[in-house]
Amino acid sequence: MTSTKKDPVLVVLQLSGGNDGLNTIIPYGDPLYLDNRPNVRIETDKVLAINDNVGFNPAMGPMKRLYDEGKVAILQGIGYPNPSRSHFRSMDIWHTCEPDKVGDEGWLGRAIRDIDPEKENVLTGVNFGRGLPRSLVAPGVPVASVGNLETYGVLTGIEIEEQRAKALDVFSRVYSPMIGQGPVLDYFAQTGLDALEGADILSTAPAMYSSTVEYGNDTVAQYMRNIAQVHLANLGTRILYTTAPYNSFDTHAGELANHTRLWTETSNAVADFYDDLKEHGAGDNVITLVFTEFGRRVHDNGSGTDHGSGGVAFVVGENVKGGLYGEYPSLEADKLLEGDLHFNNDFRGLYSTLLEKWMGLDAKPIVNGSFEQMDFI
Amino acid sequence: MADKDIALMAHLMRRAGFGATYEELEARAAKGYEATVEELLNPATQPAIERDVLMRYQPQWVSQAGLEGQQEEWTFRMINTKRPLEEKIALFWHQIFCTGHAKCEYPRQQQLEFDMFRTMGMGNFADLLMGLSTDPAMMFYLDNCMSHKEAINENWGRELLELFSLGVGMDGEANYSEDDVKECARAFTGWTVTNSIPRYPYGKYEAAFIYDPSDHDYGEKTFLGETGNWNGEDIVRIIAKQPGAARFIARHLYNFFVADEPQVPAWQNTPPRDPEAIKMLEDEYYRSNYDVKSMLRVLFNSDFFKDARFTKVKSPTETVVGTMRLVGDFDMPKPGLNAMTLTIRYMGQDLLNPPTVEGWHTGREWIDSGTLVERINFTADAVGNTELPGVRSIINRLAAEGETISPTRLVDGCLQMLGAYELAEGTRTELVALAESEGELHTGSEEFGQRVGQMLQSIVSTTEYLFA
Repeated sequence: MTSTKKDPVLVVLQLSGGNDGLNTIIPYGDPLYLDNRPNVRIETDKVLAINDNVGFNPAMGPMKRLYDEGKVAILQGIGYPNPSRSHFRSMDIWHTCEPDKVGDEGWLGRAIRDIDPEKENVLTGVNFGRGLPRSLVAPGVPVASVGNLETYGVLTGIEIEEQRAKALDVFSRVYSPMIGQGPVLDYFAQTGLDALEGADILSTAPAMYSSTVEYGNDTVAQYMRNIAQVHLANLGTRILYTTAPYNSFDTHAGELANHTRLWTETSNAVADFYDDLKEHGAGDNVITLVFTEFGRRVHDNGSGTDHGSGGVAFVVGENVKGGLYGEYPSLEADKLLEGDLHFNNDFRGLYSTLLEKWMGLDAKPIVNGSFEQMDFI
Repeated sequence: MADKDIALMAHLMRRAGFGATYEELEARAAKGYEATVEELLNPATQPAIERDVLMRYQPQWVSQAGLEGQQEEWTFRMINTKRPLEEKIALFWHQIFCTGHAKCEYPRQQQLEFDMFRTMGMGNFADLLMGLSTDPAMMFYLDNCMSHKEAINENWGRELLELFSLGVGMDGEANYSEDDVKECARAFTGWTVTNSIPRYPYGKYEAAFIYDPSDHDYGEKTFLGETGNWNGEDIVRIIAKQPGAARFIARHLYNFFVADEPQVPAWQNTPPRDPEAIKMLEDEYYRSNYDVKSMLRVLFNSDFFKDARFTKVKSPTETVVGTMRLVGDFDMPKPGLNAMTLTIRYMGQDLLNPPTVEGWHTGREWIDSGTLVERINFTADAVGNTELPGVRSIINRLAAEGETISPTRLVDGCLQMLGAYELAEGTRTELVALAESEGELHTGSEEFGQRVGQMLQSIVSTTEYLFA
């Protein structure tokens, strides 16, 4: 645990679609990089060098700045054994920590249950986006899922405010548990009230917020801003989650233009979020994890890259020990796994580090085993 | 038309289909309950969806659509089919015989499986299990193509017994042993899929089942007490006659069509909610030589079914499809189809992509604070849209009742038009008070439509409306 008095908070940003790790943290010092990327490459002189071997994609200036301040841990070669190259399956594995069978409990759903076993706060976990990612799902664990923080709530389709207020008033009374109606209806009534309470509390967050930081207009930036608003409102939320638009990082074609835009947006959003919390003196108890379900094929396909393995993840925060962690996987042909990078860093070790060293939880039952932890905290 | 006939028809159509407008309920009630049951049980008497017409609007559905496109196509079919039980039985089997889109090379592979459910899903259970055992989506999903005579993979052998035909046990006893799992897997060696035609240059092709005699284990096997040189067909034959199979299908039919049971893994030790009903269905299973349609006929015509109104929580699919059928939206493909379809996922049922091979947990487990908000807001937005033909029709019918309408009648009329819903007395009182607070209601007034829409919105937000 750190010395901070405030409760630790974990923010997760999921890059959906399989981010091309090779063009994110670029092994520009290895001639095999340019050999394998005749078309979909970042030229050496454009790389934002970290050392003589690797450097950031040029679109990642804001994250490079935080890296130079020592606030970004780069987790190289992250993955798991026998990688799946299916988006769904691989994301499922990252969500449930079950590489061999299909799991139905998410790692963060379990973490929320451990943090708040009595369900005292309906907002211990909050997701931004539509529908819950499986990482946040566990039976009996309430998690609010917010599509739009400014308009989030029950019966939001009723446009006339007075009528909506009346309808909500009726809603709150018909959802009050009634004596003798049985456990199922009691559960539904409580769930309805939880949803209403969560929405009521969350709706206070935007009005309490002011900041000099101006986020971008893209989805990730807006959701990171929402996460900042909820965190700064002191609602007791400990796990906040959001996802880059569905499969946006799936750059099979036109990668150079798309990937540049994606990382411009993502890198800005991550750094804006960091600066925003710092400006409010509220960043010392927050860590942000940025991950994706897999890396991409070492050799490009002419205009993009296909599904691969062995990706890169980032951990960002004021209390993170910045630097490079794990080894950059070899690009040598005989070291590849069917044309893909070999992982050398198990993502469950990353999770365990976050859960134990940061959140103060017992990681083993959450990630289904013991894995070597990392030193970034 | 007697109100009780309409109420019963509304119940039948919610369960055997995806609900119906009040006009359809009246027409069906006039035709008669048993006649409607027969029509539902014989889908071929009604016109099929014209898929070739749909392809003009959604050409990607022909073969190249990914998961969301496949979900769109099926959702569209469920909303517009004239054969509601045909789609409902496909949904029933999909929720039991789970396969995942991620494990299919050919994007429409599961649609071919659903076609099998449509044509065989109300037929002989043993035939259906043979269909499943030769279904490439399933063979690949459960790795039977990786099971070889020298090295069996038990995945299919186990799930066939545990999840698709017998269940782990009943009445506190196990239905099979670990040895039976192994023998079952041995019998299915050589049941595999062909190498698919290369995807370039013309696109992806469906996988096909193939039996490879050179990879079959011809040794003697003892399965569920019977010894012989069994192959897969023999396993299916032996399974189908087990009391466990009769119980398994009876209980699943009851859980899906009649009333929520405990989750499936609890069935070994938790007795059925209605043992007599299960017994009736089991008896029909044997009497009809394992015929699912005969079991459904007994079920829909039984008192236990007719008395089971509002004892099942609607699934996300039933919620979205039922709402669209009620309000009359998406009778043709149009923009917004993708977003509408995705609400099913947001409510917790990602069709074609079940969370595990066990499928979705149903009943109360559909509801959590996130999915409840999605469900209420989606349904309320639809019934509050007074432009939609189904909502318009409710407004017009209530307007035709006289110059003014009382608060009580507004509430009761809306409940009736939604499919003879019933509210707890306390809830109904609240809604009547809400209607009263808005003042006297003239059916010819400009605000009338909106007032009806608001009442429909309040009704669909109640806990009562979560049930079918």
